Amino acid sequence: MGKAELPLHAPGTELDRGYIGQSVPRPNAQRLLQGRGQFIDDLRFPRLAHVAFFRSPYAHALIKHLDFKAALRAPGVIAVLDGRAVAEYCTPWVAVLAHLKGIKSPPQHAIAIERACWQGEAVAAVVAESRSQAEDAVALIEAEWQELPVVVDMDEALAGKNVIHPELGDNICFKREHDTGGVHDAFRLADVVVEETFHFGRHTGVCLEGRAILADYNAGEHSLTVYHATQAPHMMQDIFSRHLNIPEANVRVITKDVGGSFGIKVHVYPDEMATAALSVMLRRPVKFVADRLESFLSDIHAREHKAKVRLACSREGDILAFDLDDITAIGPYSVYPRTSGIEGNQVVNLTGGPYKHQKYRAKMHVVFTNKNVTCQYRAVGHPIAVAITEGIVDIAARKLGMDPAEFRRRNLIGDDAYPYTFPSGIKFEKLSHHKTLDLLLQTMKYGELRAEQKELRKQGVYRGIGLASMIEVTNPSPAFYGVGGARISAQDGATLRLEPTGMLTVMCSVTEQGQGTEAIFAQIAASAVGVSLDKVKVITGDTAVTPYGGGTWASRGAGIGGEAVLLAGRALRSNMLDIAAAMLKTDKAELDIAANAVVHKLTTEKKLELAELGRVAYFRPDTLPLDFQSELTVTRHYTPRQYGFTFTNGIQASLLEVDPDSGFVKLLKHWCVEDSGTVINPMLVDEQLRGGVVQGIGAALFEECIYGPDGQLLNGSMADYLVPMAGEMPDIVCAHVATPTLQSQLGAKGVGEAGTAGAPGAIMNAINDALAPLDARVTRMPFTPERILKALRKV
Amino acid sequence: MEHAVETTLTVNGVRVTRRIAPRVHLVDFLRDELGLTGSHIGCEHGVCGACTVRVNGEIVRGCLMLAVQADGCTVETIEGLSDSKELEGLQRAFHEHNALQCGFCTPGMLLAAQDLVRSGAKPSRDEIRAHISGNYCRCTGYQAIVDAIEETIHGKG
Amino acid sequence: MKAPAFAYAKAKSLAEAFALLERPGARILAGGQSLIPSLNMRLASPELLVDIAGLKDLRGIDLRPGVLRIGALATHAEIERSDQVSKYAPLLAQAVPHIAHPAIRNRGTLGGSLALADPAAEYPACALALNATIVLVHRRGERRVPASKFFKGLFDTDIRPGEIVAGAEFPSVERSVFLELTRRHGDYAIVGLAGVADASGRRIAYLGVGATPVFAENASRAVSLNAALEVLGRDLQPAADLYHSSATKLHLAKVLLSRAWNTLSKPH
Repeated sequence: MGKAELPLHAPGTELDRGYIGQSVPRPNAQRLLQGRGQFIDDLRFPRLAHVAFFRSPYAHALIKHLDFKAALRAPGVIAVLDGRAVAEYCTPWVAVLAHLKGIKSPPQHAIAIERACWQGEAVAAVVAESRSQAEDAVALIEAEWQELPVVVDMDEALAGKNVIHPELGDNICFKREHDTGGVHDAFRLADVVVEETFHFGRHTGVCLEGRAILADYNAGEHSLTVYHATQAPHMMQDIFSRHLNIPEANVRVITKDVGGSFGIKVHVYPDEMATAALSVMLRRPVKFVADRLESFLSDIHAREHKAKVRLACSREGDILAFDLDDITAIGPYSVYPRTSGIEGNQVVNLTGGPYKHQKYRAKMHVVFTNKNVTCQYRAVGHPIAVAITEGIVDIAARKLGMDPAEFRRRNLIGDDAYPYTFPSGIKFEKLSHHKTLDLLLQTMKYGELRAEQKELRKQGVYRGIGLASMIEVTNPSPAFYGVGGARISAQDGATLRLEPTGMLTVMCSVTEQGQGTEAIFAQIAASAVGVSLDKVKVITGDTAVTPYGGGTWASRGAGIGGEAVLLAGRALRSNMLDIAAAMLKTDKAELDIAANAVVHKLTTEKKLELAELGRVAYFRPDTLPLDFQSELTVTRHYTPRQYGFTFTNGIQASLLEVDPDSGFVKLLKHWCVEDSGTVINPMLVDEQLRGGVVQGIGAALFEECIYGPDGQLLNGSMADYLVPMAGEMPDIVCAHVATPTLQSQLGAKGVGEAGTAGAPGAIMNAINDALAPLDARVTRMPFTPERILKALRKV
Repeated sequence: MEHAVETTLTVNGVRVTRRIAPRVHLVDFLRDELGLTGSHIGCEHGVCGACTVRVNGEIVRGCLMLAVQADGCTVETIEGLSDSKELEGLQRAFHEHNALQCGFCTPGMLLAAQDLVRSGAKPSRDEIRAHISGNYCRCTGYQAIVDAIEETIHGKG
Repeated sequence: MKAPAFAYAKAKSLAEAFALLERPGARILAGGQSLIPSLNMRLASPELLVDIAGLKDLRGIDLRPGVLRIGALATHAEIERSDQVSKYAPLLAQAVPHIAHPAIRNRGTLGGSLALADPAAEYPACALALNATIVLVHRRGERRVPASKFFKGLFDTDIRPGEIVAGAEFPSVERSVFLELTRRHGDYAIVGLAGVADASGRRIAYLGVGATPVFAENASRAVSLNAALEVLGRDLQPAADLYHSSATKLHLAKVLLSRAWNTLSKPH
């Protein structure tokens, strides 16, 4: 159990780890196993009304006329409203940030006014006593449209023949250029130059629980309580307050259980803002749950890129320079408040990430189209950057006749090279590329797999081994959003309270969507204070209860929220020992807390049960010294200060088989070696990695939002949009290296997105490794049988 | 025009009679009318498996069955099968292997897994994967679920 | 997505079913595994659903002289479990595990699948390969339609107003093989092959290659695999789908033919 640490340890020193590092099953999973969780759609309220939206069937059209007469007469209907009516209760927003120089986007309303800009954009709302009745009434709305030119293709968007928002002048939301200088010469003088263009299909999160919000306005208090499946309740509190004109402290956002989020649920959605506005307008609770069809049309999409990348290296195999030209197609609006420029910005920051070259040039355009809006989705930009980097690296290795692992070993930044500033400007505290490479090759028995591959090729069996090295952004500071003016908190807080019976309540501003936030906070708190895990209760996701903080995004929960819990726990322990010393009339320095009791520090003899300490502190302070005040509730906040982003590193490998007759890919196995610093619960971390890997496999093999030339989404259902299911997934072996960050006492970096960042690149490299003897290569994700057969020139 | 149809069914051992509009599917009825919110809705087109419940002892998609079709039937949901302890072994294995994260797919996944456990089969990992291939999970990557089912059927080690 | 409103009646007899089906906007509800999703997505708006699940005459799997008769209400799960089907209609036994997933198979029915005639469904192609007979009942009796005449167009069959599929009769054959290509277990097939062979020759039918299941007449008559592969393009002109071009579909059909050929060619 824990030890008293007075004074607090300096960073990087040994600490008695308690529960930290143990694979403890999650306490809050029990209710989920019995179907006794509480998701937003499970909540029941008196006078609860339901909203359904009339959504544009056209990708780009003027709304000439909306006729609500028939809809208003339908049974159970309470109200039918257009954009202008809702705008009286909810102000519009513009999703730009000051640090993305030149980013532009027009104002967006909760419900579109005058013009619909993507198929599925809400143009009217029906509020009724049931969702069925609301949908019945939506079907009775009559609309007159005037279709406008539709921009779908990213190159056409860039060329700007049809400009979606004429007042902006062109279709460029954001562009960025980066140049270290010396790139032209590096390529000119290099022995070997390789080049490839990679395409990435736009895809989406498909959380099993649809987006869900239940807004409850109390007219008597001018207060709004929003039960919201969101990752960032404080951010939403601020946004509801500002856009609905309700004082901040009168807005309460509560998250409950969330059925998966992955970034999808951290953004501001117009239909959700409309739902909140409708509750204010109608003075009753209003609920909206996005059904599956409207999820495909309106949940943020992501990752539609065309990236041309060039690599220059010497004939010995030293990478000299990277050159990137990336274009990404977003929707007709940048998404609020994080903007749709971040994903492309990350691709520029991260391309080439693991390697020691010094020269780098990048050009990147983010263009508007009349397809669904896009924004940050798990691993934001990393899957693209890793795939193009690792893809071009493999091409270079093949051209030189070098083994891909050896080529990487030659070029990975050395484990002793830190701190290090990368050519894109990002700074690394300390990474372990070589250690992770060694561990991967050893774990997967790389040599044996290569030998087996060679043998099987003789029998006409085409196996592929693909590697993907990666760096990953975690634990961000305000450098991500705050510096641009966004009211998005990069700090978090934890309040710990010892209850009279000796139990510990932890309230933290980071949120839970199943990754195990509450479990690890319980482990950290128990370790920091000295109680057993079963004594800890964790509360997250309520702006009225927890300290103010950022919530869940960018893999920050453990590193930032966890540190706040640790700091608060240590401070609480110190306060508890003050009380114990007063009660026992001994020196505080002789005491410690372990296993729910105050003990003698050296002999570990039990001196005082915590339940007794609690009883006295709360109910009998008259027995304590006159000048003594007990303080058994402690709050601490934390934000990383030395590094704008705490980078982690990892490497993945895929082993698969391609059937050259059918073009089908069979995944045999996958490996993921990750260095995320201090690991609090290895089982939960491995689960995060595996879930992330499978999401990345989805992007590589199955998932794409397919749009027709008129901006119609062609595969917006679970039957047509293919998500990874159990039958096709491999077992995934996880292994770890631990390089703690010295910025915090806990030393935890983030890990939630790592699996997704590296898997697509590893899969692509494995497929191309399998196809290499057949003189075929694929570069357009997802790698469908059609695309593989085309590469093989069979169709 | 629809007319509500008087329907009697037994849900988790309790006999229930209601007048139900024909268009209401079984899982909406269970959730909205009976408050049994443990069965979830993920797609309403029968693909994701989140709504899996048991009718007359067989697993079905609750979104692909009208509540009125369940007249005279026995329905068991995650709540009932938890309280009866039928799922205890699987639930413990799921917990220990962390075979769930957000929990939204979990009731349906447990119902599907229990179907395999009850069949008496001795499936390989691939066969386990095939059996749960109709239940979508976005969080876990499936491996821990396969581990938990494998352990429940074949024992530890 | 919530279904639009409709009325519901459960038929207690065939006579009652025929009477209910005469009402405007009436449709049959059997397993509902295809109908209910279309209702939930508001792709269909019937006025009345006539539930035929209570009609015992439509159940059962029985061996009759030369054929296995399977009732329209036999579920996929019952077919999957049936020893009779394994023994006397093994093509169906091979096909049925490909149909979706266990929870769907517990409710979906043979009759529903044949009546819907989804070109990507398994049973219609099996019926075509086996030259099964679809048995229809109406007020005044029975009508028997060979599979070759039953599937007329996209979701379009020879069922006449007032008729209900009562079942199908599957003749025995010596050898059969069912193969399907899907990207995920349980998906609708990209292409599928239902093939049978006996002394009189081969019958090869495809699913997922047209508006209906397609009997590959030329390929069935070919004497060698190479010959069959050469002429398959005359039998199939598959339309492209969302993910696969026409050329890819034909290519994959040939891949299946190659894989099926040995089973269809074993000497007897």
